[in-house]
Amino acid sequence: MSRTLSRAKSWRQPSVLPGFGLTFGVTLAWLTLIVLVPLASIFIRSAGMGWSEFVAVGFSDRALAAYRVSFGTAAAAGLVNAVSGLLVAWVLVRYAFPGKRVISALVDLPFALPTAVAGIALTALYAPTGWLGQFLEPLGLKVAFTPVGIVVALVFIGLPFVVRSVEPVLADLGRDVEEAAATLGATRLQTFRRVIVPAIAPALLTGFALAFARGVGEYGSVIFIAGNMPGKTEIAPLLIVTQLEQYAYAGATAIATVMMLASFLILLVINLIQAASRRRMGA
Amino acid sequence: MINRRLFLSAAAAMAMTVSACSGGAGGNGNGIVLTNVSYDPTRELYQAINPAFATYWKQKTGKDVTFRMSHGGSGKQGRAIIDGLEADVATLALAYDIDQIAARAKLLPADWQKALPDNSSPYTSTIVFLVRKGNPKGIKDWNDLVRPGVQVITPNPKTGGGARWNFLAAWAYGRKAGGSDAAAEDYVRKLFANVPVLDSGARGATTTFVERGIGDVLLTWENEALLAEKEMGKGKFQIVTPSLSILAEPAVAVVTENAKKHGTQDAADAYLRYLYTPEAQTAIAHAFYRPRDAKVAEQFRSQFPAIPMVTIDKDFGGWGAAQKRFFDDGGVFDRITAKK
Amino acid sequence: MSRPRSTTEGRLTQIVLIVLALAFLGVFLLLPLIVVFSEALKQGLGPFLDAVHTPDALAAIKLTLLIAAISVPLNMVFGVAASWAITKFHFPGKSLLITLIDLPFSVSPVVSGLIFVLLFGAQGWFGPWLAAHDLKIIFAVPGIVLATVFITFPFVARELIPLMMEQGKDDEEAAVSLGANGWQVFRHVTLPNIRWGLLYGVLLCNARAMGEFGAVSVVSGHIRGLTNTMPLHVEILYNEYDFVGAFAVASLLALLALVTLVAKTILEWRFDLHHTGAGH
Repeated sequence: MSRTLSRAKSWRQPSVLPGFGLTFGVTLAWLTLIVLVPLASIFIRSAGMGWSEFVAVGFSDRALAAYRVSFGTAAAAGLVNAVSGLLVAWVLVRYAFPGKRVISALVDLPFALPTAVAGIALTALYAPTGWLGQFLEPLGLKVAFTPVGIVVALVFIGLPFVVRSVEPVLADLGRDVEEAAATLGATRLQTFRRVIVPAIAPALLTGFALAFARGVGEYGSVIFIAGNMPGKTEIAPLLIVTQLEQYAYAGATAIATVMMLASFLILLVINLIQAASRRRMGA
Repeated sequence: MINRRLFLSAAAAMAMTVSACSGGAGGNGNGIVLTNVSYDPTRELYQAINPAFATYWKQKTGKDVTFRMSHGGSGKQGRAIIDGLEADVATLALAYDIDQIAARAKLLPADWQKALPDNSSPYTSTIVFLVRKGNPKGIKDWNDLVRPGVQVITPNPKTGGGARWNFLAAWAYGRKAGGSDAAAEDYVRKLFANVPVLDSGARGATTTFVERGIGDVLLTWENEALLAEKEMGKGKFQIVTPSLSILAEPAVAVVTENAKKHGTQDAADAYLRYLYTPEAQTAIAHAFYRPRDAKVAEQFRSQFPAIPMVTIDKDFGGWGAAQKRFFDDGGVFDRITAKK
Repeated sequence: MSRPRSTTEGRLTQIVLIVLALAFLGVFLLLPLIVVFSEALKQGLGPFLDAVHTPDALAAIKLTLLIAAISVPLNMVFGVAASWAITKFHFPGKSLLITLIDLPFSVSPVVSGLIFVLLFGAQGWFGPWLAAHDLKIIFAVPGIVLATVFITFPFVARELIPLMMEQGKDDEEAAVSLGANGWQVFRHVTLPNIRWGLLYGVLLCNARAMGEFGAVSVVSGHIRGLTNTMPLHVEILYNEYDFVGAFAVASLLALLALVTLVAKTILEWRFDLHHTGAGH
């Protein structure tokens, strides 16, 4: 890649390929129309309420507790998914076993099942009288109506993000590098740690980020299994609904703004890390 | 080549499945359509009343009327009407939600509640306890709910209309038993300390109690309790009537501006007035709501025992004041559930 | 399966890992699915079919398919355009652009509905203008489409960007140097390379479009037989204590998604068979 040859003063680096104007234009137009303008309405609405009021609603004790629950459980679920999603992707890519293709299709189920249905099904499983709950309860393990229940729901919601991010990279990972490592005397575990993990780290990070981001905002499935106790299992999206119930649109948008900025920053940082690592690897 | 064809045929098959199923909803030729935007537990009620009114209207005017029903949480439905859901009539859980429609969207006059008899509330209900068969925890009245070890299921008053009635009924008892607002606040604080799950709405709470088997007592509308006792979990539950409760008055109103626009004013008005007729009142009682009609009430006396009741207007100064004091941000409910 | 010993794991390790992965999927994915189907079939096949056959359910199915048929192609075109612009060219702010495309994943479904109400609702920015021209967006099909497009916005692009980045642009550049125009390059070089990724992105987008609940619930108005999509109909039935009906419609949704995904897997498999040895 010798791009330095023609570093013109142009905004983008020149390319022989056509279609930048068209595709970039379509992208920007659609993005603006569907995402940016509608989201701007949230900011503008919340800006209308004045700073002190914004802080009073967006950073009240109750809201802070809800952010902690939302971001905490989403991070926990993201971590669970990073580990188990990697495991699932690894098994699906590397090993052969009967029924693999059907199981591969199953991984996408959480995208398809309405979130409310997922929530009801999970609650039916983990409630003290549920299929699993009745065995967990005597062990002192409470899942439904505790933060653990929220994590369970978010693991369900976020799993495909991790598996589907890691899978293609794992499949594309050249076997020659591993072979080289093995010939140099590395054990399998060493190869995994030193060769495979660095190669899939960006994809794993993306998967984690998407699962996390999706978990922070999730409402439909969580509401059934959370128990919704203020300060303990009350999630931030529920507070938005609470504000709407009071016909306080501005308050609702204040909480939405805080959540959205936080998610946006987290996603941006992760995408920047990725771009940087790609540049380093590609250089 | 074979693969490209395979790919294309798959894509084409998908496109066809999808396009075969387009085509809008069937419109109604002549006659009118009434959109009734209501809250969750009235489905069975309006399923019974709508066809009866359609027959009545056909006989009276010779015109056909069909219905579009929308159900959801009362507050959410109120907001939808404000935001442009073109309801001809609103039949919601709280007069407060219709007040908001009048105040924020100016779709009906502020004094809408005077348009129809009985505060524009053709059916009422009250808050009762539903306990498991045999009443294993021996729950008889409100004071039993705050005993240690009793689990109470009630939805979140900040998100559910029905839950606000529960809260106010509890408050009324606390005030009567303790003699002061401070005592009342202490009582509801203890009560909510016994709540393990705060569902977002009345139906969610019923499901938690009935299907998930959580809690010893469910605080709920009398109509929901009767439905659960008689239909959902036959023989598994029983109703306990407390010594004091609250008169829950779900409200109905013609959303006049929308009705004017649709030319449905007469039918919408007749529809709501029809709710007060003996036939409709009987259907109301069958749907476990308390009828307003004295004769019908007499027939169903065994189903609806007399309970001393407070009312929202007399004892709490109307919904506007109650909402602000108890349920808005920083109100009593926030105070009693805040972590210390 | 005949690899040098040291680039794969011992059979025992393999089995342990497979069992772990399957156990995890079993508990977290399969069990909930089994709950849905067992609740739906609790009283046998009859009530299941009855529940799916009511006019309201059929209207909800039609509406859901209509919404997907409108939103998915829109996002497909967008996804391809965005991936082309992002992966074939170098320009500053690319990370920001990708993050903005990701953004709808992170916006709470409650909010994704609300934003369109704030814009197009009767009290919203464009509300009075829309009312004056008798145009309906919120509580009608356009509003549901908008919310669905927003929710499914990133899927195709997210699927294609890593793939096209991985593939680079050498093939396309070669084609251009041979005199192909932009459309020809895309049609004959890029599309064959990305078709599986594209199909897959479209399927996921479609699955999510049909299953979306939260955002659609805000903009739908819940009018039976008119603006109720399948997920909303599930909620309605559930709130009517018609659990069999609710889970029947829900399992139908799950089936729709599973069928498309299995179909895709089979297509892919046959493709693999024809191309053994010629893989990339």
